[in-house]
Amino acid sequence: MLIYGVAVLAGCYLLGQLTGEILGRLLHIDANVGGVGFAMLFLILISHWMQERKLFTTDMEQGALFWSKMYIPVIVAMSAIQNVQGALSGGLVAILAGVIPTAAAFLMIPLLAKLFHAHPETTTP
Amino acid sequence: MAGQALYRWTDPGSAIAIFFGLVLAYLGGRITGGKKGIADIPGLSGFSLMGGAMFRDFTIVATAMGASLVKIRQAGLAGAIALLLGILVAFIFGAGVAIAMGYRDAVSITTIGGGACTFIIGPVTGGALGASSEVITISIAAGLVKSILVTIATPMVAQYIGLNNSKTAMIYGGLIGTTSGVAAGLAATDPKLVPYGALTATFYTGLGCLLCPSILYLLVGWIYS
Repeated sequence: MLIYGVAVLAGCYLLGQLTGEILGRLLHIDANVGGVGFAMLFLILISHWMQERKLFTTDMEQGALFWSKMYIPVIVAMSAIQNVQGALSGGLVAILAGVIPTAAAFLMIPLLAKLFHAHPETTTP
Repeated sequence: MAGQALYRWTDPGSAIAIFFGLVLAYLGGRITGGKKGIADIPGLSGFSLMGGAMFRDFTIVATAMGASLVKIRQAGLAGAIALLLGILVAFIFGAGVAIAMGYRDAVSITTIGGGACTFIIGPVTGGALGASSEVITISIAAGLVKSILVTIATPMVAQYIGLNNSKTAMIYGGLIGTTSGVAAGLAATDPKLVPYGALTATFYTGLGCLLCPSILYLLVGWIYS
């Protein structure tokens, strides 16, 4: 059943968001701390666990994979609702405070990657 | 030149679509003066549902279906260190810009530093510290500039920064951190890397909201008193 796969995905999403909200409350901050990240970890763990026990049928997998494939269209729609005008009209301080730290972070990526021995990989899962 | 650069991208189609999305968003803002890009035009308001935070987060979680637990474990430490460094680097350079541009009070400097992390951390920090609405607006705009810059720049620089494996993707997510920018940047570069980058990036805003109004504010105040 396709819908069971969607149910597993939705369950992980809600559980993850709940975890993020609770963590935010515990830390006394007005934000969800890593709710999406927790949801991803739950989904990876649960789908692995179910696949090992042959509970996760290909049909179920298709239900979750549909949403994974919808990712690109959603991201395109997301970019079309960004406040680009607001970013460009924020003045020199905003532009500099956006560009310089971002450039610095980009420059650090290869340094950290080298430090942790990241290698290009073949397309094995 | 541009054609050659496009040729190297795994999926130039998405990069082009995302770029045109940003162009549409700009036009929407110019025409209506609103804040939600093309969705401010009444007939196209459906964009704000399709591209809103709920669908974005739900589909990001769904991409985890293809992710490998082994690879995440291997890159876990690198991702965590990248997260902390990412917030520190963005904050320090953002605060540095604020100081260079003439801001001398710790609250404004911290708020703009927070905005340099993401457009959520800026206003959350400013709200917690009681920053002026002018400074909060600047911090949001700085975060927006970052998000859009990351979206456009990621596929262009991916080959130069070695963004072609899961470990570097986790480092990238942690260092850059702005969820929308990372999500769009990786979608335009290589969709297979999305779960790894998104996993670390989703912790960035929460961690930034924790660190900026507390430790980092005290640090700025200590330097400026």
